[in-house]
Amino acid sequence: MANFEPKIVGFLCNWCTYAGADLAGTSRMQYPPNIRPIRVMCSGSVDSAYVLRALLEGADGVFIGGCHPGDCHYVSGNYKERRRITVLKSILKTLGLDDNRVWIRWVSASEGKRYADTISEMTSHLKKLGPNPISKYWSL
Amino acid sequence: MTKEVVIEVKNGKVKEAINSFLKGLLEKNLVSALLVSREVPSKDNVVQSLVTNSHGLKEANVIAPVLPVNSARIISEMTRLSPHKSPVGIVLRSCEIRALIELVKLKQASLDNLLIIGVDCLGTYSVSDYQGLCKQGDSPLDELLRKFKEENEDAKLREACRVCEYAIPSNADLVVGLIGVDFEKNILLESRTEKGEGILEKFSFPKFNQSKEREESVSKYIDEKIAKRDALFSQTKKEVGNWENLLSVFSTCISCHNCMRVCPICYCRECFFKSPTFEFDSEKYLGWAKRKGSIKMPKDTILFHLGRMSHMATSCVGCGVCEGACPSNIPLLRIFKTVGHNVQQIFKYVPGRDLEEPLPLTTFKEDELQGVGEE
Ligand code: SF4
Ligand code: SF4
Ligand code: FES
Repeated sequence: MANFEPKIVGFLCNWCTYAGADLAGTSRMQYPPNIRPIRVMCSGSVDSAYVLRALLEGADGVFIGGCHPGDCHYVSGNYKERRRITVLKSILKTLGLDDNRVWIRWVSASEGKRYADTISEMTSHLKKLGPNPISKYWSL
Repeated sequence: MTKEVVIEVKNGKVKEAINSFLKGLLEKNLVSALLVSREVPSKDNVVQSLVTNSHGLKEANVIAPVLPVNSARIISEMTRLSPHKSPVGIVLRSCEIRALIELVKLKQASLDNLLIIGVDCLGTYSVSDYQGLCKQGDSPLDELLRKFKEENEDAKLREACRVCEYAIPSNADLVVGLIGVDFEKNILLESRTEKGEGILEKFSFPKFNQSKEREESVSKYIDEKIAKRDALFSQTKKEVGNWENLLSVFSTCISCHNCMRVCPICYCRECFFKSPTFEFDSEKYLGWAKRKGSIKMPKDTILFHLGRMSHMATSCVGCGVCEGACPSNIPLLRIFKTVGHNVQQIFKYVPGRDLEEPLPLTTFKEDELQGVGEE
């Protein structure tokens, strides 16, 4: 487990978190390379089915990054996504599945450091959790 | 607005007493048609039937204890493109009305010109159990009414009904009451809206004078159901509880998607899980299989079920028709009802309670769920 490197699938909104990630990169901030970012127009466009698909395909974690509350470029996409992810986490919890592998966080375009810190934090959290147990099963 | 009257029951014939009232609705031109469940010629099942003359009511059995479909889907089919122009009466159970309210919120049905007649629901049998009883020569309805009177719950009732806390319909114009009512002599007819009251004025039924007894029986009955429901919730949590158990529950699923097709809440014309998103090149399958060593085919069974839950759990009314449609006897009701209940509680949302309550996934509050984004 010592050299377990978690794979994180990231859905980053174009207007805030993706720009924040860009800033972290151009400012040469150090953060673990564990996230595979996918640029989406708004966090609100991320249906739970995509999050589930990533998890079921064996991602160790799924990260959804959006604009801070009140700053969504489509007004309320992030608020709605927060509800959607809350529902998803509740479903996972009810079924006894780990909901701590799904994170939703707000990172603005100017928060390169916050982005780097959040990804570091999530990576070390997942290292503690260990690999996604779903990878063991073939009968999905 | 509530007015309570009684319909006299002759020779213990409850079904016929209700039918006489329905006949009155048509004959007095209070409705231009009625959607009722009606016994099929073989007498061992019922289907919904849109009836425009009282002749068609002869085989009506609106309290037949069987639920082959959730009729909310039928009303959606009839009213989605345009609402009714003249009054149409529909006779429904609680889970059907609640699903209908959700479909109206989802803009898939219209209540315009509908007269909703709810019936107290004592529970329903699966279609095959219903047919089995008929073959033995028993009337499933008489059987159920007898057992209900003896306060002897029928273990054969569908699980959805054994744990259903909504025996009494809500959001109806009129309610036909059986619980806490001496239905061998009289049944209750209660108006809940002005429209319903207007209908009662056209009849001269005697007043109901056992409101207090009814209220007490109903609350006792519902409390018992809630206790059973909660027991099922804890049992289900234990039965599932991890990936291994979840996979084993769904291991016999053949991905027919019947559960989704009969679900009154799943209304999408094209289900995402049947969309081209899930059509892949042959090489893709080999790639996945290589990565893991092997994969189950067809793929994505669990994704379908969890994804479907994430779409409809906020509105799940617990009617259990999904389970009835499953060729593999997967215990869908307990899983979906438990999941649905927990999700609904987060938003203090009760599907089908109130037309004015927005669907949880279409609305939000600024100052809620802050922990989810910032823990
Ligand atoms: S499962 Fe989801 S996508 Fe499919 S019909 Fe139901 S709500 Fe629509
Ligand atoms: S009806 Fe049963 S077998 Fe068919 S998809 Fe649903 S759970 Fe699977
Ligand atoms: S109320 Fe009868 S099936 Fe639910």
